[in-house]
Amino acid sequence: MSAGSPAAGKPGGFVNWVDSRLPVFSYLQKEYGEYPAPRNFNYWWNFGALAMFILVTMIATGLLLAMQYTANTEMAFDSVQRIMRDVNFGWLLRFLHMNGASFFFLVIYIHMGRGLYYGSYKAPRELLWMLGVVILLLMMATAFMGYVLPWGQLSFWGATVITNLFSAIPLVGDGIVTWLWGGFTVDNPTLNRFFTLHFLLPFLIVGVVVLHVIALHVHGSNNPLGIDPKGPQDTVPFHPYYTMKDSFGLCVFLLVYAGFVFFAPNWFGEPENFVPADPLVTPLEILPEWYFLPFFAILRSVPDILFIDAKLAGVLAMFGSIFVLFLLPWLDTSKVRSCRFRPTYKWFFWILVLDMILLGYVGGNQPDDLSPLGVRFIVLGQIGTLYYFFHFLILLPLLGKIERPRPLPASISEAVLPANRAGGGAPAGATAQRMEKAR
Amino acid sequence: MIRLVGVAVAATVVFSGAALAAEGGKPPKIQDWSFQGLFGEFDNQELQRGYQVYQDVCAACHSLKYIAFRHLEGIGLNEEQIKALAATFQITDGPDEFGDSFERPGLPSDFFPSPFPNDEAARAANGGALPPDMSLIVPAFSPRWVPYEQRHHGADYVYSILTGYDEEPAADVELQAGLNYNPFFRGSQIGMPNPLFDDMVEYVDGTPATVSQMSRDVSAFLTWVSDPHATERKQLGFRVMIFLLFLTGIFYAVKRKVWADQH
Repeated sequence: MSAGSPAAGKPGGFVNWVDSRLPVFSYLQKEYGEYPAPRNFNYWWNFGALAMFILVTMIATGLLLAMQYTANTEMAFDSVQRIMRDVNFGWLLRFLHMNGASFFFLVIYIHMGRGLYYGSYKAPRELLWMLGVVILLLMMATAFMGYVLPWGQLSFWGATVITNLFSAIPLVGDGIVTWLWGGFTVDNPTLNRFFTLHFLLPFLIVGVVVLHVIALHVHGSNNPLGIDPKGPQDTVPFHPYYTMKDSFGLCVFLLVYAGFVFFAPNWFGEPENFVPADPLVTPLEILPEWYFLPFFAILRSVPDILFIDAKLAGVLAMFGSIFVLFLLPWLDTSKVRSCRFRPTYKWFFWILVLDMILLGYVGGNQPDDLSPLGVRFIVLGQIGTLYYFFHFLILLPLLGKIERPRPLPASISEAVLPANRAGGGAPAGATAQRMEKAR
Repeated sequence: MIRLVGVAVAATVVFSGAALAAEGGKPPKIQDWSFQGLFGEFDNQELQRGYQVYQDVCAACHSLKYIAFRHLEGIGLNEEQIKALAATFQITDGPDEFGDSFERPGLPSDFFPSPFPNDEAARAANGGALPPDMSLIVPAFSPRWVPYEQRHHGADYVYSILTGYDEEPAADVELQAGLNYNPFFRGSQIGMPNPLFDDMVEYVDGTPATVSQMSRDVSAFLTWVSDPHATERKQLGFRVMIFLLFLTGIFYAVKRKVWADQH
């Protein structure tokens, strides 16, 4: 597109007046207008924009809910019912927010899966990836505290169980838990601080998202071929090409999201949380929301190891399962980014996906119950946990050394543009061709 | 996890407050409801009969604390009917200028009065078991022992429990003191005695008041109580979906046109 100095606007116009003093318009033009994006994104590249959309939706609906919510153990449950029954469109706000949390995690998991499959975490994008993991951690903390606010049975007992994890820390553990609670049990001070933090953390997420985008725009986006653009023939300007593609993707996403909000709003929820919190009555089962289940399974899978008791070992394994993602850029020794050219790793990627689904399934069941496979769930959880760490700590470093990648195409345009297809003819070109047609 | 919170008392029963073996119960009798499915809507006649059952029978023990008389507009009562209905209740208000509480006729803005002044009084009158508030009993009443696809069948549960008193316990079942046999309840023993008998209620619309009929009606009413905006939600949902489908089509066309010169 035209290499514009400040965005469209007559010389001397208002836009130019502002832009020469505060270059927001040239910034937008540069980073979201001309920003050269590889021409071969597939639809998996929509999920970053979708995540941004949901983050804004969550903050907007959350702000409106906070105007009606009361963070007090005596009134929290009732105030949520007031929102659902008497506040104008309160039910809509709450269902958008509740289901939005589930969809946020769904979108982020797909976004991360895309990064894993196409090697988006590799040099020079290590910090970009690590900032993403920071966002995931912040999201988890935010979602956990948000789930406590309605003060149902699972809110209360979930908060009790998760905060109790910190008591596994030797020596200072119990002191830390008391400090977190603001007392000797989960009670009003806990609810109050969780509400405060639940309000604060999303804005920290916005801050890290800004860093994430800055880091992204230094070297530009990765792409399904995992090779760097060599020149203008390999890229298209972000606007209108990807703004329009993202808009279409957003509409499809909204159809699914709205389907749940309007027609199955409690599908992701647990019946038990319709019962107000009662510290004297323990629910039959205390389960986190679905997006925490794989990590919950890891937590419950670890037995006593030498002098470390099972509780501490489980906590270390659970936090380790996220921490290992920070090391991923260095654990993966292969120089080739995209799975398209990594015939062996491609299989292991899908096995990892199945492993996460298995762990999620195990996390939703009691460890001592018999699974349909004939073994107790805890055994499945242990296999899944071992495989998870095997994948990152052993498989990835070795695979990079022994795998023989397929030859990479010379450039993106050679691989995907029709004029070059006759000459190119690599299997990669054929794959890309099918993808192009899908547009 | 069980280690962590010491859930040795995991068998504590939420609703009856009595400790029972957590062995589960029979899956519910699945019914056809007018409000199920994407296009389902509440049947106001059914809801009004259900309200009558609640008021004449259930309300003796069970509160409905999130429902005000004005909410009954949602089951098809008009303003006059609601005013007249509310006025038949005596509501405790106050303090007056002397600092005393006083009784006055109810107003549409009043919430349903609770049958007991507090939980302790409710327990004392019911052999130690607390009759739960009914406002959210339908969505909360989906125990875990049933297959996943039946997890959101709260109305069927309420119906099954209300009609589940006619079965005789197996010979080896030992009823605990003060509990009643009901195979659909968790642990098959429930604090509530059989609440419904034929012709207990005289329906305004002349429908024969069998136990099954009253159970159906009150289950439907309690479903509305738990989710009073359900019909409005679905109707808005259809408009939103149609709009989004239209918008998706437009953006698909725009996207194809924009990309046409790049292939």
